[in-house]
This record gives sequence, structure tokens and C-alpha cells, in this order.
Amino acid sequence: MAGTSFIRAGYVPLLDGAVLIAAARKGFAEARGVALALQRETSWATIRDRIGVGQFDCAHMLAPMPIAANLGLGPLPVPLLAPMVLALGGNGVTVSNVVAAAMDRAGPAGYDAAPAGAGRALAAVVAARRAEGGQPLRLAVVHHHSSHNYDLRYWLAASGIEPERDVEITVVPPPLMPDALSGGGIDGFCAGEPWGTIAVTRGVGRIVTSRAEIWRRGPEKVLGVRKAFADENPEALARLVLALADAAAWCSRPENFAELAGLLAARDCLDVEPETLMPGLAGRLQTAPGRFRDIADFMVFAGGGANRPDPAHGRWLYRQMVRWGDAPSSDEGAAIAGATFDPTLYDLAMGIGDGNQAASDMTGDDDAATPQGPRGLYDVNE
Amino acid sequence: MCNIPGMAQPLNILLVDDNGLRASIIEEGLREAGHANVSVVTTVAGLVKRIERLDPDVIVVDLENPNRDQLEHFFQVSRAVKRPMAMFVDRSDTAEIEAAIEAGVSAYVVDGLRKERIKPILEMAISRFNAVSRLARELAEAKSELAERKTIDRAKGILMKVKKIDEDAAYKLLRRAAMNENRRIGDVAASLVSAYNLLGDA
Repeated sequence: MAGTSFIRAGYVPLLDGAVLIAAARKGFAEARGVALALQRETSWATIRDRIGVGQFDCAHMLAPMPIAANLGLGPLPVPLLAPMVLALGGNGVTVSNVVAAAMDRAGPAGYDAAPAGAGRALAAVVAARRAEGGQPLRLAVVHHHSSHNYDLRYWLAASGIEPERDVEITVVPPPLMPDALSGGGIDGFCAGEPWGTIAVTRGVGRIVTSRAEIWRRGPEKVLGVRKAFADENPEALARLVLALADAAAWCSRPENFAELAGLLAARDCLDVEPETLMPGLAGRLQTAPGRFRDIADFMVFAGGGANRPDPAHGRWLYRQMVRWGDAPSSDEGAAIAGATFDPTLYDLAMGIGDGNQAASDMTGDDDAATPQGPRGLYDVNE
Repeated sequence: MCNIPGMAQPLNILLVDDNGLRASIIEEGLREAGHANVSVVTTVAGLVKRIERLDPDVIVVDLENPNRDQLEHFFQVSRAVKRPMAMFVDRSDTAEIEAAIEAGVSAYVVDGLRKERIKPILEMAISRFNAVSRLARELAEAKSELAERKTIDRAKGILMKVKKIDEDAAYKLLRRAAMNENRRIGDVAASLVSAYNLLGDA
């Protein structure tokens, strides 16, 4: 066996960076012969730039980012692979107290038990604002090419709100979301935990729905890898995938949540109070002061094939990019997006099959998707 | 502003950097290079309105600025940005792009500007970013050196008191321990000081 492989990875300090952080700090990488050097970044743009010029071999990435790079969108596009999914779910939609109060007046009791009810209540608020000639609601997401942006738009559109006409969607860095909400700069946001929980505990907003409810078990963060690195270092990458799988299994065990929260909360990591991370880990969110809601699969690190990339998911994300004008529609684009989420490297690393089972996934015929979209979308009958 | 035929319009340059000192060092460099229209923004509050009003040709942003995602979104979708902006201008110049990212500089340039006009600005920003990081590194090193010297003095004082030896003998003891353990003398001194503090009140 070759010696230790040195791998450089970037991450953004969020709860869903847990798998990479645990792999580096709990010894999972070392145990698989990988010296994993993690570097914290403050924006997705910097992650993209550093991987673009080769300062990082791989990184914690928003699921649509490697697709965007492979489609040549944005600055410094280099070919990337997403050989592993690092987290499913984990995001919530938080609105200001003013908007939440208006939704309470518009919706029946318990409207926020499901995305459809919350969406109807929000649509009523949006319509009332327009009738009064008020400013459209300003909603923030964390990045243009993000599941936050696409899920929020999907939910708004399905609720009868036209994202381009009825609201304004802007971008704000996650740690600044609670302040932006309390200062009135935005009326709501869709961001990863712990920022929704922090907004609620500070009394500046309420969580009205979550990504896990809009698209259950949808891929949120992936390991984005430079294709050149993967081609030149297949063994090192396989060991990294194994180490991350070990870390993901550890992160998903409830008995480890407290230790994981402590690890992530450190000053050189997320720099937050550890207790703000527990609701997201346990899937029991405080949606309003004193009100708690259990959300199934709120944040998934491992289990049920969570880490295996699915080309159908890549194609679905591409369809969202096309739908909202971020990419031109073409069969070629869909093929590129599907291939970005090719599970072959994951299967090889994990010793699943002979790697060829991926072929059927990539030529259509995917059982993970219906014509309306992938499994788990709240408004698609399965 | 007059528009002399055959002469390029002066460029409107905006620097976005929360490190005010670095921003002023770069601003100075741009002015020395003959750029009169340079604006500096160190806080992100009201940045979008500033950009709308200034309508800059070039925006230089420090790479670690947490608002870059927001700025890029704004360049991409806002109707208020009258002209499309893209990161860097000469995508073929990979060495320059790497140097910029290494130095911690990103630059967004209005579509259609000639790359020869942007290159000197970017080069200047890169060299001054590097100079500022070098200064910061040297300052940090000087500070830690000073702190280390203080720790060593404290460790010597402890040894002198406990072992009833003079300063020279105390230093030699520290140095020998460092050599034996293959550690830096400052680290040995720091361990001694923290151990002494733990035991001190016993």
C-alpha cells in the first residue's frame, strides 16, 4: 500500500460540513491513510476559485456547483466530479416575525405542518402586499447555484408565487442571515442550520418549512473533486471516500451528536454555541419560541444510500437551473449534469458491484425519478 | 468628464476591502499609476447602492470577503448593474489568475474592456496585497517572538527561584532540556510556566 496521501480540501462553516470536519478531526482520514488538510472559507465563490486554480483538490460544495462548473457557468470553470454526497436536507425557510404574524392571520391553525399549507399562507401574504401596493418580500438564499435557491423557488412556484415577479430573491452569507432579518434588510431566508435555529432563539424570526419537507432526502452538499485530481490519484480518492463514509456513519449516530456539536462549534470551525447545532442534528427544530417540530430526515449524513451520488438527481438539479434561466436547455447539458453525479467512483471505493451498474443509471431508466421529478418532492404523488 | 477622441475614458475603479489599511495602500498605488477615479468601500452596508451610483468599470474585492457570493449574484441578476461584469478579464492568462487568487485578490470587470487596460491594475493589486500580507506576517512573527522572549524570561525566573541558581544557569538548563527533547526552547519554557502555574497554588 502506498504511503499517506495528502489531500487539500476547502469547506464553508456550516452544520452540513460535519462529515469532512469529523473525518479530519476525529481521525477517520488518518485511519485510511489520508492526511486531510481542511481550510475554512467564507464564501462559495472562494471555494470555487481555489479549486479552480488547483489550490484545493476537493471541497465541500453546494450540490449544483460542480454541475455549474461542468456546464462552464461562472468564473474559472474546471471539470469537477461529485463522487460522494456529504449531506441531505439541513436547510430551513425562516421568515421575519412580521411575515410570520401575517401568515398566522392568513393560514388555518397548524398550516406550517407541511410545505403546502405554509406555501398557501405565504402566498396569501404576498397577494395582500401586492394589493396594498407594498414592496415585494425580499428573500435571501446563500448562493445562486444552490439547492436553497432552487428549492425555495420550487416551493414558491408550487404555492402560486412567481419568484421573478412576486418576490425579490437575493444572496446573503449564512452567518449574516439572522442580523439581516432582524434589521429588516430581508423578510425571510433559506439557509442551512444553525442559522434558522439562531434566528428563532434570538427571537427575530420563525421557521415555516424546511428542505427535508420540500424535497425529502434531496442532495444538499457534495464532495466536489477536481477531475484532474481524481484521474491522477484514484487510490487516494478511494481512501478519502472510505474515510468520509466512516465519518458520515459516526456523524449520523445520535449518541455522537453532542460530541459532534462540540467539535463543529469550535472557534476555528463554525464559532457558534454548541447547543445551536443540536436541533438540526436531532431533526427537532424550535420553529418559534417554545414550539418544537420533529422533521423526518431533516439532516441526513449517512444511511439508506444517502452518500451515493445519483445521476437522476444531477439531471433534476440541471432542470431547475434551466427552469430559472441559469442554464440553456439541451440534452447535452442534461447528460453533463447526470455524469457529474456518476456513482462509479463511489461504488469502486465502497466495493459495490463492479462499477458498471452506474451505466444503466446514466442512460435514463432511473427508478429514483418520476416524470415530474425525483422521489421525495412534496407535491409529487408517488 | 470630457471625452477626448482617441483617448480612453478614465476607468472608474472600486475597491471593496474590509481591511481599511490595505485598501488605502492599493488606492494610493492606483492614484500613483494615474487613476483618478478610485473609490474605496470598507463596510458592506449600502454597497449595492454605492455600486449602482458609481457604475464602476472595475471592482477589486479581497478574496476572503464573505460578501463575494452576494456581489456575484448582484452582478449576475441585478437590473441596477447597467453593464454585465465578469470575474477577471483574460481567462487565458491562468498564471495571472493563479497569482491573484494566491495573493487573495478577485477582480470583476465590465464586459468589453480591453485586457491591456486591466492587466496593470490587477498586477498592482496583486503586488500590494502580497506586500501587505508580508508585513502582517512579519508583524505577527515579531509579536510572537516578543511573547516567546517574555515566556523564556518567566521560565528562567521560576528556575532561579526553585533551584536557587543564577540566570545564566537557568537558561542553560532550559536549552539543555530543549535539546534533549528535541523541542524549541520557547515551547519548553511555555510548558514549564504552565506546569508551575498549575502547581503554584498547591
